[in-house]
Amino acid sequence: MSDPFPELIDTRSLRIAIDDGFNWIVAHYGEPLEIAFLPILRMLIATEDFLQWLPWYVVLIALSALTYLASRSWKTAAGTAVMLFVIGVIGIWEPAMATVALMLISTLLAVVIGIPIGVTMSRSNTMQSVALPVLDIMQTMPIFVYLIPFVMLFGPGKIPALLATIVFAIPPVIRLTNLGIRHVDAEVTEAVTAFGATPRQRLFTAQIPLAMPTIMAGINQTTMMALSMVVIASMIGAGGLGYQVLQGIQRLEVSRGLFAGLGIVFLAIIFDRIAQSYGRRMQQHLNIES
Amino acid sequence: MANGETKIAVRNIYKVFGPDPRAVMDQVRAGVSKTELLEKTGHVIGIRDVSLDIKAGETFVVMGLSGSGKSTLIRHFNRLIEPTAGQILVDGSDVLELSAGALRDFRRHKVSMVFQRFALLPHKTVLENVIYGLAIGGTGKAQARDKGMEQIELVGLAGFENQYPKQLSGGMQQRVGLARALATESEILLMDEAFSALDPLIRNDMQDQLKDLQARLHKTIVFITHDLDEALRLGDHIAILKDGELRQVGTGPEILLDPADDYVDRFVRDVNRARVVTVGSIAQPVSSIAAGEASVETLRPLLEESAAVVLMEEGRPRFVITREMAADGRLGGLLDNTVTLPGVVCVDELAMLEESFPSLTGSNDAIVVTKADSIPVGVVARKTILNAMIRHRA
Ligand SMILES: Nc1ncnc2c1ncn2[C@@H]1O[C@H](COP(=O)(O)OP(=O)(O)OP(=O)(O)O)[C@@H](O)[C@H]1O
Ligand SMILES: [Mg+2]
Repeated sequence: MSDPFPELIDTRSLRIAIDDGFNWIVAHYGEPLEIAFLPILRMLIATEDFLQWLPWYVVLIALSALTYLASRSWKTAAGTAVMLFVIGVIGIWEPAMATVALMLISTLLAVVIGIPIGVTMSRSNTMQSVALPVLDIMQTMPIFVYLIPFVMLFGPGKIPALLATIVFAIPPVIRLTNLGIRHVDAEVTEAVTAFGATPRQRLFTAQIPLAMPTIMAGINQTTMMALSMVVIASMIGAGGLGYQVLQGIQRLEVSRGLFAGLGIVFLAIIFDRIAQSYGRRMQQHLNIES
Repeated sequence: MANGETKIAVRNIYKVFGPDPRAVMDQVRAGVSKTELLEKTGHVIGIRDVSLDIKAGETFVVMGLSGSGKSTLIRHFNRLIEPTAGQILVDGSDVLELSAGALRDFRRHKVSMVFQRFALLPHKTVLENVIYGLAIGGTGKAQARDKGMEQIELVGLAGFENQYPKQLSGGMQQRVGLARALATESEILLMDEAFSALDPLIRNDMQDQLKDLQARLHKTIVFITHDLDEALRLGDHIAILKDGELRQVGTGPEILLDPADDYVDRFVRDVNRARVVTVGSIAQPVSSIAAGEASVETLRPLLEESAAVVLMEEGRPRFVITREMAADGRLGGLLDNTVTLPGVVCVDELAMLEESFPSLTGSNDAIVVTKADSIPVGVVARKTILNAMIRHRA
C-alpha cells in the first residue's frame, strides 16, 4: 500500500483494553451467569429429550394437526406430513428434533422478552429513538460476532448457542410489537381512555389485541431467524441439523450437507406456514380489513 | 342537578399545540393570527379564549368548518386534552384539578363519548363493546350484561348482541357506539361528529333517535357537527367556532335571524329558514283577556306592557287589538263595534314558518301564536314572517 491510513489512535492498546475488560467480566461473572442460566438450559434439554422421546409418528401427526388447525386446509396439513416423513426417511430425524427444540425455546424466550420491550418502546418516543438504532446494529452485525462473547462467557455449548440465537432473532418481534401498537387506530385508544381505562387496561383490552396481527408477523419472522441461526450456532455446540451441515463441510460430504440443508428448509416451510395461517386467521377473527 | 342549571362551564380556555405552548401564550393573548404564529414559532392555535355555559339537560351543538377546533374543544370536557390556559368546571368543580384516579372515575361515571368513526373494539362482540365502560369500571358481569342488553334494546339492536362490529352496517355500528356511551349512565354525553360518517338517510334516522332518547333521558349533550341542518335540528343552543375562536352562541333562530358577523352570516346563508325557524321565535309577546271583561280601562294598561291584546271567547282567541289600532283614543270605538275587527288564525308556536304559509294567504286575519292549542303567547305580522325568511345582511 502506497499511502496507509495514518494511525490516529493506538488501536492496539484500545483493543487490549476492550479484551481485558471483557476477560475481567468473564473471570468475575462467568460462573454466576452460568448458574443463572441453568434453568433455561434444563428447559432446553427437557424439550429436546421430550421431542426425541416421542415416537416419530406422534410428532408427525401432532404437527400436521397443528397445521390444519391454523390453516384449515387439508393440503397444507398433508404438506407438513410429507415433509416430516421425508426428514425421517433421509435419516435426520434426531438432529431435526434437536433443531426444533432449540428454535422453539429461543423463539419462546425472544417473544417473552421482546414483547414487553416493544410495548415500552411504543409508549415513549425517547425509548424508540434509542432502541431503533440498537436494533439496526443487532440486525446488521455479522452473526459470528455474537458468538465470541457468549462462547467466552459460557464456553462452547447449548447456552451460548441459545443466547446468540435469541439476540439474533429478537429484533423483529420487538420492532413489530412497537409498530403494531403505534399503528392502533388513535380513535380506539382515545375511546377506551375516554371510558376511564387505566394505561394497563388500555394495553390489554385495546392495544395488544388490535396490534396482534402485526405482533404475530414479528413472531413469525423471529421464528424464521432463529431457524436460520441454527447452522451458525452449531459451530459453538448447538448440535442438530446445523452440526450435520458443519460436518458436511469439514468432511467434504455433499450428501450430508444437502440432506441437512433440506431438513432445515422443510422445517422453515412448516413453521412459516403454521405461523402465517395462524396470523391470518387471527386477523379475520379481529375483523380487521388487511 | 336540575335542568337549566349550568352543567359545564368553560372559562377562557386556550389550547396551543407545539413544542412549548406556554412560551407563546403572550403572543396568542395579544391576538397574533393563526398563520403568523405557525410561521414564526411552529405552534398551532387550537382554541383561543373560549368561554361557554352549557346547561344541564340541553343539547349544545358546536359547529364550525374543518380545523376550527371543534374536536379540540370537546376533548377538554373529559380532559383527553388539557388546556394551555383556562378552566373547565363540571357541576361547579374544576376538572383540571382531578387526580389520575378521580379523573378515571369521572370518565367512568360522569361523562361518556361517541366518536366519528365509531371507535369500537373489533375483537369484542356488540354486547362486550356496549358494556366496556362498565367492565373496566369493575361492575359485576351479570349486572353489566343486564344493563348492556337494556341499552342494546334501547338503540334497537336486540338480536345483534353477539355479532362483531365489522359484521354491522355503519349506522348499526354507531348505535353500538351510542349504546356504549349510554350504558355508563353518565349525565354528560359528548358526541364528536357522531353522525358525519353515515349516509344522509341513516343520519336522519339517527338524529330522530337521538331526539327521542334525549326526550326521555334528559342528558347534557355536547354535539359536534359541521352540518348546519343537523345543528339546527338537534341543538337547543349552537356555538359557532372559527379558527379556534367563538364567533356566536345562541339558539338556532337567533343565529339565523341575527348572525353576529359576516362569517356566521355566510355560514347560515344557504339555510332554508322557512324550515328551521319556528313561528314562536319571531312572535311578539301579547297579553290576553276575556272578551267580556274588555273595556277601555282594562285594556289600556295591558296595551302599555305588550304590543297587542288578544280577546278570548270561550277560551279561544277571538280578536286582536294592537297598540297601533288603539292609538289616538280609538280604543273605545273599536270595543263598541267589534264586528269591524279582523278575525284570528291560530298557529302553534312550534310550527315552522313553512307550516304557517297557509294562514298567510288571502286573508287579513291577525295571526295569533298559541301553545297547547289555544293559549295565546304572541302575535306575528305577515311582514315579520316574510322578513324572517330573507337574509338580514346581503
Ligand atoms: N395534536 C395536535 N397537534 C398539532 N395540532 C393539532 C393537534 N390537534 C389539532 N391540531 C390543530 O388544531 C386545529 C383544530 O383542530 P381540530 O381537530 O380541533 O379541528 P376540528 O374542528 O375538529 O376539524 P374537523 O372538522 O376536521 O374534525 C387544527 O388546525 C389542527 O391542525
Ligand atoms: Mg374533528
